Amino acid sequence: MNSRTEDGVSRALRAGPGPRRAESAAAAAAAERLVTRIADEQLADITYGPVDSPFGTLHAAVTRRGLVRLAFPEEHEPAMVEQLSRRISRRIVRSPQPLDELQRELEQYFSGRRREFSLPLDWQLMGPFATRVLTRTYEIPYGSSSSYGEIAAEAGSPRGARAAGNALGANPIPIVIPCHRVLHAGGGLGGYGGGLDRKRFLLELEGALGS
Amino acid sequence: MSETPPPFQVFLDQNRDAVWRFLVSSVGPVDADDCFQETFISALRAYPRLRAGSNTRAWVLTIAHRKAVDCHRGRARRAVPVAELEALDTRAPERPGAADGELWGAVRELPPRQRSAVVLRFLGDLAHREIAAAIGCSEEAARRSLHEGLQKLRTEVPA
Repeated sequence: MNSRTEDGVSRALRAGPGPRRAESAAAAAAAERLVTRIADEQLADITYGPVDSPFGTLHAAVTRRGLVRLAFPEEHEPAMVEQLSRRISRRIVRSPQPLDELQRELEQYFSGRRREFSLPLDWQLMGPFATRVLTRTYEIPYGSSSSYGEIAAEAGSPRGARAAGNALGANPIPIVIPCHRVLHAGGGLGGYGGGLDRKRFLLELEGALGS
Repeated sequence: MSETPPPFQVFLDQNRDAVWRFLVSSVGPVDADDCFQETFISALRAYPRLRAGSNTRAWVLTIAHRKAVDCHRGRARRAVPVAELEALDTRAPERPGAADGELWGAVRELPPRQRSAVVLRFLGDLAHREIAAAIGCSEEAARRSLHEGLQKLRTEVPA
């Protein structure tokens, strides 16, 4: 048998049917139809996508229950997706549609036309103590503030100001759950998972830093 | 430490080209899309049960293989393979030569097990053991099917 013929057939088989680039485009289109169907039929446990904000592009993730995660731009999307995949479900896909509801509420909030978020939230990334701390934090009205000690006491841990601070710092849904409204008892800004500049920006936006 | 399967989106990004190529070469471009959707929907449903350390490429190609077999069965009842070949040619006008179309036409004419063995080996880059698992036969039988398939292609298609 002629070995050049063998090579020719093997090589042609390896190259696949049709030009690679056209095929890859066809595969991408098929994958696009697939994620649309997955979204329509709600087959995934989590979908994620970008939303715009004055801080840059945020990464958001939504479950069937509601918004489960909002990440600042410097947190890389693949890292967020990996974390959600490990902690909640591997059935996570990129949303084929923009996350309209979240985007609209954020735009209204950042332009001063919204004081409360009304989209549903999913609290499952928080442990029991963090849930108590952040539930209480979620109730702090727009434009006002609370202290780490108060929040800790209300969460049932009067001496747990530091623990409350940690729970706030790990808030999986910042901005929407307003951990920026928790300050030091003495009036200092305290800390912020997204950086103090952003905390100041949000407090100024809400008119809570007037002086 | 065995690796946990990646997020589904990553799995899809990593495997969509291989699955697409596998399906185009085993069922043709017209039916490839349906099979592609069915393959990944099945994979999504079963994804939480996929064990750490699994070869995800071999796993999804196994599913694709089953969908292709189902598709061939359905088509045997309808049967117009010629139209498929024409569709393949018009869809890819920049293809290098007729010999290529001839080769993939011949691949699709192979008996199912040989066809899958050839396609899984060359497009999926699977080892004999993985091909055996995908088709559901012994490693020895997979090796034989691959060999016989290649033999047939070599005699039927002028290189």
